Amino acid sequence: MATLSLPASGTAKPRVLRSRAAGKLLLLALVAAVLAPWAATHWPGAAWPHALTVSLDKPLTTASDWVIDNRDSHPLFLYFFGHVSNAVVLAVRAVYLTLLAAGWAGVTAFGALLAWRVAGVRLAAGTAVAFLACGALGMWVPTMQTLALMVVAVLASVIVGALLGLAAGLSDRLDRALRPVLDTMQVLPAFAYLLPVVLVFGIGVPAAVLATVVYAAPPMARLTALGLRGADPEVLEAVESLGATRRQRLLTARIPLARKELLLGLNQTIMMALSMAVIAAVIGAGGLGDRVYQALASVDVGAALSAGIPLVLLAVVLDRVTAAAGNGTPADGRPRTIGWPYALAATVAVALATRLLGALDWPDGWTVGIAEPVNRAVDWMTGHLYSGVPVIGGTADWAGHFTTWVLDPVRDGLQWLPWWSVLLIVAALAWLIGTWRTALTAVLAMAAIGVLGVWEPSLDTLSQVLAAVAVTLVLGFATGVAAARSERVERALRPVLDVFQTMPQFVYLIPVVALFGVGRAPAVAAAVVYALPAVVRITAQGLRQVDPAALESARSLGATGRQQLWQVQLPLARRALLLAVNQGVVLVLAVVIIGGLVGGGALGYDVAFGLAQGDLATGLVAGAAIVCLGLMLDRVTQPTERRPKKGA
Amino acid sequence: MRIRTTLTVAAGASALALLTGCGAADMTKQASPFANARGAKTVTLSVQSWVGAQSNVAVAQYLLEHKLGYRVDTVQVDEVPAWDALSQGRVDALLEDWGHPDQEKRYVEDKKTIARGGDLGVTGHIGWFVPAYLAKQHPDITDWRNLNKYASLFRTPESGGKGQLMDGSPSYVTNDKALVKNLKLDYQVVFAGSEAAQITQMKQFAKEKKPFLTYWYSPQWLFQKVPMTEVKLPPYKEGCDADAAKVACSYPHTPLQKYLNADFAHSGGKAADFLKKFRWTTRDQNEVSLMIAEQKLSPQEAAGKWVDSHPDVWKKWLS
Repeated sequence: MATLSLPASGTAKPRVLRSRAAGKLLLLALVAAVLAPWAATHWPGAAWPHALTVSLDKPLTTASDWVIDNRDSHPLFLYFFGHVSNAVVLAVRAVYLTLLAAGWAGVTAFGALLAWRVAGVRLAAGTAVAFLACGALGMWVPTMQTLALMVVAVLASVIVGALLGLAAGLSDRLDRALRPVLDTMQVLPAFAYLLPVVLVFGIGVPAAVLATVVYAAPPMARLTALGLRGADPEVLEAVESLGATRRQRLLTARIPLARKELLLGLNQTIMMALSMAVIAAVIGAGGLGDRVYQALASVDVGAALSAGIPLVLLAVVLDRVTAAAGNGTPADGRPRTIGWPYALAATVAVALATRLLGALDWPDGWTVGIAEPVNRAVDWMTGHLYSGVPVIGGTADWAGHFTTWVLDPVRDGLQWLPWWSVLLIVAALAWLIGTWRTALTAVLAMAAIGVLGVWEPSLDTLSQVLAAVAVTLVLGFATGVAAARSERVERALRPVLDVFQTMPQFVYLIPVVALFGVGRAPAVAAAVVYALPAVVRITAQGLRQVDPAALESARSLGATGRQQLWQVQLPLARRALLLAVNQGVVLVLAVVIIGGLVGGGALGYDVAFGLAQGDLATGLVAGAAIVCLGLMLDRVTQPTERRPKKGA
Repeated sequence: MRIRTTLTVAAGASALALLTGCGAADMTKQASPFANARGAKTVTLSVQSWVGAQSNVAVAQYLLEHKLGYRVDTVQVDEVPAWDALSQGRVDALLEDWGHPDQEKRYVEDKKTIARGGDLGVTGHIGWFVPAYLAKQHPDITDWRNLNKYASLFRTPESGGKGQLMDGSPSYVTNDKALVKNLKLDYQVVFAGSEAAQITQMKQFAKEKKPFLTYWYSPQWLFQKVPMTEVKLPPYKEGCDADAAKVACSYPHTPLQKYLNADFAHSGGKAADFLKKFRWTTRDQNEVSLMIAEQKLSPQEAAGKWVDSHPDVWKKWLS
């Protein structure tokens, strides 16, 4: 929960700060004393007053009907959206045909050689194995569909992101305008992006690609801007003194200097595009995500995994290769492994060879069915762990208890609180942790939820988020501390974290249903599993980066291990811990929303309902509420330090 | 060589994009980018999330691929969005529709972008069901008037003091919230969120012989695994479900329908003819569904088995 981050601040802060916090609280209390009685008498009751809501159902339904009726005749669609859609279809098709023409051997060879060129022999072998595994699982064609969609989406995201980043990197005014937008876009759950594109483009690949681009471009833009702004001023001055023009300075100094950030941006964009490409199966993206989605519909965990494993492999390979490229190995004195012309020539040779042999498609006999054994294992698990286990009780009993004792009280408590007091609490928390600006945004976002008329379901979602974040933080901090203190634990954890961080969010849903039944508890469980790796990672990193000198001096003063942890490491890692909270909240929200598909109800269900029934009004309002909720949660947990030079 | 072809393809694609850039582009006439790859004749079928729909598609796909030489892409889309996708030509056929009068009017009658494909041969029915073991224990539970008496049996953490009426996927046709309200039942509708989640839950309940009340439908393969008895709701009369908020009657029996994209129906050749003739029985469908869902065969294997053992049924579709 957000409050968990507060105790750390109390111990470390000097008196002045603490009194400033008290001042903030006092001011808020004053405002509350004036406004609360007035609001309470004006609009009695705990729920958001009906008089203050605006119903968007009518206009949204009209808009959606208008779009459907005019999509094949109105000039806006014929001359603009139609071309966008056309271009996407053609591009994806071109890439897809190319991949199919290269055949499985060609694609594998090209991937491996590419990895070899930028990242060395080991990753090349890994890449080849990953591609072959995709084929062996019988997923070659879906993998190529996903890859085709990804290639187009990533290219578009990189171009859009780099252009935006370039603009923000060169112009201060644009930077100020863009940054809050980009920051916000990064904290929104992927689910919220789906509806608007469906409204315009309908179900299908164009909508999926565009949603992916919107979701994946922000990190590229952010990191491009960051890289351009972070260039060493002395180098720039030197270049300037050599009489370079503005354009030369940009091309020869600033962009090359920002290489690391640019490649990091590429890496993040690829990872986000992949995760979105999977979720976009809900709106007809096809490919691997669609296989996962179809398998989940028939409770087939095994089949879901056969499609999930290629996704994870793709993710790990793409992540490692782009990360290695970012570290800039080949240029730094290591012998060049293989030149581009050779790599291309080898690919063509392999592709031609397979073509001549007539083996472009993955051979039928080479597939391994993993679905059956996996399903047997899952059946055993649900058969023996679900309920009636002596002493500890079954997982279903835990879920029931968690719902009755944690989720219900939190939800009822939130819904019992008068609406204005919820706003006040949001304001107080956001102001204490951040600045008055973050507090204002948070309060406005929360108020917008009320105005949209989805106060109750939003609080329901919020209660699930709070419960999940609390569990995540307890587990995550404990594991993170363990990982920071022991090399061995850290080494053992790393591959597990890698895999868990790249798994498509969908795959988590079915095992949790098998274990915990249907309802809010499984949604919370899936959210915890999803958010845990990031929290563990950030915590461990933060603790390990604590100044060794401080630790050394603490040790020399005779502090025990426990004292070192509580009095030196944790307070010094406060920033990292707050960041962990922030990330935890954002990730948890994303999955709690998807939890609407397994009985989580509330906003996630409304979005799913909107998509499924073509009832865009319900879906879009819920989507907007999710956006507001994400904004509010992010701002409330956003430490001031995240943007040290505000408005500079 | 390959690369050069590739480049040509890419260049061709961009040239085409430029060319079309001058004129209008109707995005309702764009097929899936994965369709017709490498000169193969492709049919794109939409699959809905329930297994019965998967069975239709699996058998159609098997026959199209093995007997007619087509390549089949399947896309998972819920019913209502499938109508939109069908109208835009992003999928060619929807094989099992449970009745969407609004969409039918808009696309079939007004816009004429979708053509009727005839009966599937299966009659669908939605209702409220309790497991057979419970109906045996309390024979009077199968009348809606007695449901309130037993509400405490169905209480769960999610239903908050009331009885739980389990509903499935948000995409399914349902009046349950209105029914509970209008029949003054002491129940809370809990949405499992997906059919997968609902089935998992029902199986768990059945294994421990616990009571449950659920929205369910036939034909459905789960009846073979978990026998269930329908709860009688006030009888259905034509038009009694016209106003969604005031519904107080049971669900109708719906002859399930097939729909095709209008262009495809017209010029889809053998594939379109075949899909129009595709018509089988509830028993056939259940046979395939059970193989997919319970024996965990892949849809294609299941379809293959069915096709091998029922040549008399499908031979008619190909003629």
